[in-house]
Amino acid sequence: MQRLLYIIQKEFIQIFRNKAMLPMMTVVPIVQLIILSYAASNEVKNIRLAIVNEDHSPTARLLVQKIEAADRFLLIDFPASVAQGDDMLQTGEVDIVLTIPSQFEQHFYREKRGNIQLLVNAINGQQASVGAAYLNIIIQSFNQELQANLKIVNRNGQPPAFINVPTANWYNPELNFKYFMAPGILGELVTILVMLLTAMNVVREREIGTIEQINVTPIKKWQFILGKLIPFLGIGMVLLTVGLTAAKLLFGIPMQGSLFVIFAFCALNLTAVLGLGLFISNLSDTQQQALFTTFFFVIIFILMSGLFTPIESMPQWAQYLTIPNPIAHFVSVMRSVLLKGSTFWDVIYHFRVTVVLAVVFNTLAVLSYRKVE
Amino acid sequence: MRGAHKREERVQPRSWQKPEEHKTKPMSYAIEAQNLTKRFGDFTAVDAISFNVAQGEIFGFLGANGAGKTTAIKMLIGLSRPTEGDASIAGFDVYRETDQIKENIGYMSQKFSLYEDLTIAENIRFYGGIYGLSRKRIKTKTTEIIQELGLEEYVNRLVGDLPLGWKQRLAFAIAGVHDPKIIFLDEPTGGVDPATRRQFWEMIYEAADRGVTIFVTTHYMDEAEYCNRISIMVDGRIEALGSPAELKQQFQTDSMDEVFLKLVRA
Repeated sequence: MQRLLYIIQKEFIQIFRNKAMLPMMTVVPIVQLIILSYAASNEVKNIRLAIVNEDHSPTARLLVQKIEAADRFLLIDFPASVAQGDDMLQTGEVDIVLTIPSQFEQHFYREKRGNIQLLVNAINGQQASVGAAYLNIIIQSFNQELQANLKIVNRNGQPPAFINVPTANWYNPELNFKYFMAPGILGELVTILVMLLTAMNVVREREIGTIEQINVTPIKKWQFILGKLIPFLGIGMVLLTVGLTAAKLLFGIPMQGSLFVIFAFCALNLTAVLGLGLFISNLSDTQQQALFTTFFFVIIFILMSGLFTPIESMPQWAQYLTIPNPIAHFVSVMRSVLLKGSTFWDVIYHFRVTVVLAVVFNTLAVLSYRKVE
Repeated sequence: MRGAHKREERVQPRSWQKPEEHKTKPMSYAIEAQNLTKRFGDFTAVDAISFNVAQGEIFGFLGANGAGKTTAIKMLIGLSRPTEGDASIAGFDVYRETDQIKENIGYMSQKFSLYEDLTIAENIRFYGGIYGLSRKRIKTKTTEIIQELGLEEYVNRLVGDLPLGWKQRLAFAIAGVHDPKIIFLDEPTGGVDPATRRQFWEMIYEAADRGVTIFVTTHYMDEAEYCNRISIMVDGRIEALGSPAELKQQFQTDSMDEVFLKLVRA
């Protein structure tokens, strides 16, 4: 036990003597949190739109005004012809071309139907589908207003029934994307930084040769692994504290649930990640090897964590792959506890899986640390 | 010179004894190796070497580069598992009792292996700590080592900032921080000037006078002369074993350089 304390003491001295360490633990997470939370946004704004208005009727003009009033669209131009509109889509000047055909108003009143065409550049699927959906909503509501104004009566002498579907956005009522992203990004940041630091640690001692000196001492494998794990766990917790404070001060992210659950899960999750980092470090001969191996895992972990794309929309086999992914659990717990106020019992699934991961990874770490060749 | 009277009896080959019988009577040999072999695939790095080292002896382990010295030393200190053969260190078996062996030995590797980003005092505290020394013992050891090396002014200096010769003497002192029975030194004086090497050997003699067994590999033939006995390894085998005087007589020459060259060229 006393031996363990001496290892921990030594690790802390080395960590804090490293000049890059303090900025890495304070400035780096805050900067990344800010950049990523603003930039990694799924919000669709500034959709560039061209309207080909071949009708020029009052109704058509009214529709154009309504679209102009919506702040999500940037009205680029009014091309004179459909062909010109197509060109603009082709050159990428605009994302959507809306065509209001001639005699739109006449058709609308006489035949009780008006046709409007939307041409969407779907290369950026997200922008395209969300943009088209926004536009559809505007057109629908315009349609309803018109019909209500005209008091169109159907053959039975009854006004047609309008189905109004009110939508309420629970847990994030303002659809503030930063609320959604910041907790997840925080979880991801803490995990990656800590995993990288550990993965580089043991292999560094191997490169310098100090590990050989350690291996001729009667130190036990578990003491060595714990001696490495505890300091980095501490760093991870400090990082989380710094990050949460920054996210609260900068974005005012909600903290509905218990912070205790967050910190408990962070400790557990980092234990798992540290085990994996140490395992990689034990198997590597050089820091370069360790770095590339860690990158392999980190990239898969991030892209499949549900941070940027929902896990539910992945193929089934990919969804199974997210089970051994510590970042996926961390992101999920951060979001549900902070935004929804989930309790320990609501996220117990993640705790269970992560306990298993922690045991597996750390067993691998202890087994792969070889004192004898 | 100390220990001269012991030499004669040691040169005689001694029949192998099982470690179990060993513990019941006072231990006579610090290191015993019998047909110790290490193979990596088809390559035999160490080929059935046998030798004994008495307690308090300074044993020089010589050989050309790549002769298998480091592999042999690693088997003795429990960093590498022998493929075949037997060995006991301080009476403990190298296969089954590596932990006890590690309590009783110190090791200074070819690569300088203190933490360069820790101070002198922190290095002593760390290694003392993981050898299980008490806080008080670590304190007295630190004072002792620092006085012995004359480093009073540099206690809180990072080891990385010290000249190589100082580092090596410090590494030797730290290898003995837990008062081991045997200290293994793998080319401890590589790359330092003759004056520093002389100082280093003075430390070795002091340790040997306290009864510590020294097992040292070296390339310097003048250092070989400082040893009580030496073995010379060629291509994984021990080709010569005896005191420097005996070897010179055996090879009919008056310098260790000649002995070495005759063996390596043969």
